[in-house]
Amino acid sequence: MYSFDIERPTTLADALAALADDEAQALGGGQTLIPTLKQRLASPSKLVCLSGIEELKGISRDGDTLTIGGGTTHGTIARETAEGFPGLAGLASKIGDPAVRNRGTIGGSLANNDPSACYPAAAMACGATIVTNSREIAADDYFQGMFATALEEGEIITAVKFPVPESSAYIKFEQPASRFPLVGVFVAKYADRVGVGVTGASEEGVFRWTEAEAALGGNFAESALEGLSVSGDGMIGDLHGTGAYRAHLVGVMTRRAVAAAR
Amino acid sequence: MTKVTMTVNGKSVSGDVAGNTLLVEFLRSDLHLTGTHVGCDTSQCGACVVHVNGAAVKSCTMFAAEAEGAEVATIEGQANADGSLNTIQQAFQDYHGLQCGFCTPGMVMSAAALLKDNPKPSEQEVRAYLQGNICRCTGYHNIVRAIMAASGQEVPAVAAE
Repeated sequence: MYSFDIERPTTLADALAALADDEAQALGGGQTLIPTLKQRLASPSKLVCLSGIEELKGISRDGDTLTIGGGTTHGTIARETAEGFPGLAGLASKIGDPAVRNRGTIGGSLANNDPSACYPAAAMACGATIVTNSREIAADDYFQGMFATALEEGEIITAVKFPVPESSAYIKFEQPASRFPLVGVFVAKYADRVGVGVTGASEEGVFRWTEAEAALGGNFAESALEGLSVSGDGMIGDLHGTGAYRAHLVGVMTRRAVAAAR
Repeated sequence: MTKVTMTVNGKSVSGDVAGNTLLVEFLRSDLHLTGTHVGCDTSQCGACVVHVNGAAVKSCTMFAAEAEGAEVATIEGQANADGSLNTIQQAFQDYHGLQCGFCTPGMVMSAAALLKDNPKPSEQEVRAYLQGNICRCTGYHNIVRAIMAASGQEVPAVAAE
């Protein structure tokens, strides 16, 4: 790693002040950023560690809206949403491994927007709202391609608001070494609509499979997906699988997610 | 340099660390607690697992400065007060849950974290919990058997799958 200073603010206000420095970089749980720093793929002169800020942590529910603090770890989400939002708990409980889940945070994952991250699929399917220190951003507007988001420099995700679905499930096809999804699909069923969020597949990053949403909105069953497919054009092709293979997996993972959510 | 103070295995310790000093480097180089191993240094192998405020974490993927004020537990603090092996360590010996021993500190710390939250895990749960701990010697079966034994449960004769 290159050398850098590290600050450990205990309030959001102090963190924002520290991030006003152009060379500063926010550090969430560090489960992506620290390996990135070790590879010298990033060289901030200052890291602002968010893990000591209690006001960014915790989960609360108000009616059908679940609000999760940006600094809440995957492990906490897996435990505390198991009853109220089992689809999200299932997603959180399969990220990385137990030790990674004890450090990694939902805010960090969404801010990084890795094209194979799990949470973006849930945020898109559910129509979640990304709450920052200065504004609220709809998921549809937030994700802007691989590793690109609507966040401005120095902006911090303070919370994520999920409308809790009637039923939901996340199914991923894991690349067995990294355990990142080759393709992951989150399906969320509401009274008036169905959301389908797809991660890992597209070169444009996470997306909603709107044709499947429309079909499932009329009939929430695997059979509603018959004849539907996504094109392999624009899908990620690498040594783990071609674009056509990933496109095929989108259909398979969606059917499995619908079956699991029913 | 940043001054950090934390509790390690019940003792208060402090030191001056650079911003990029990893927790595992602080433990091994500053405190000379070399029981915690660095296998991959890419947060995949789990040889460096310690507990921070009771939760298993990979100490190669956390900065020492982030552990300011924390309660840290390492393999050195696991033995009984009289120096004898604790239940989990003894089970690893009894069931041959190690060969070269490099992964063992992380395995024992992960097992301790699992059994604290889930005192009677199923074999499946043990295997799932060890996803982030890699062993290149044992094939895992005897590690799983050791953890089942440490939890006071029936030990599977041959690992299932």
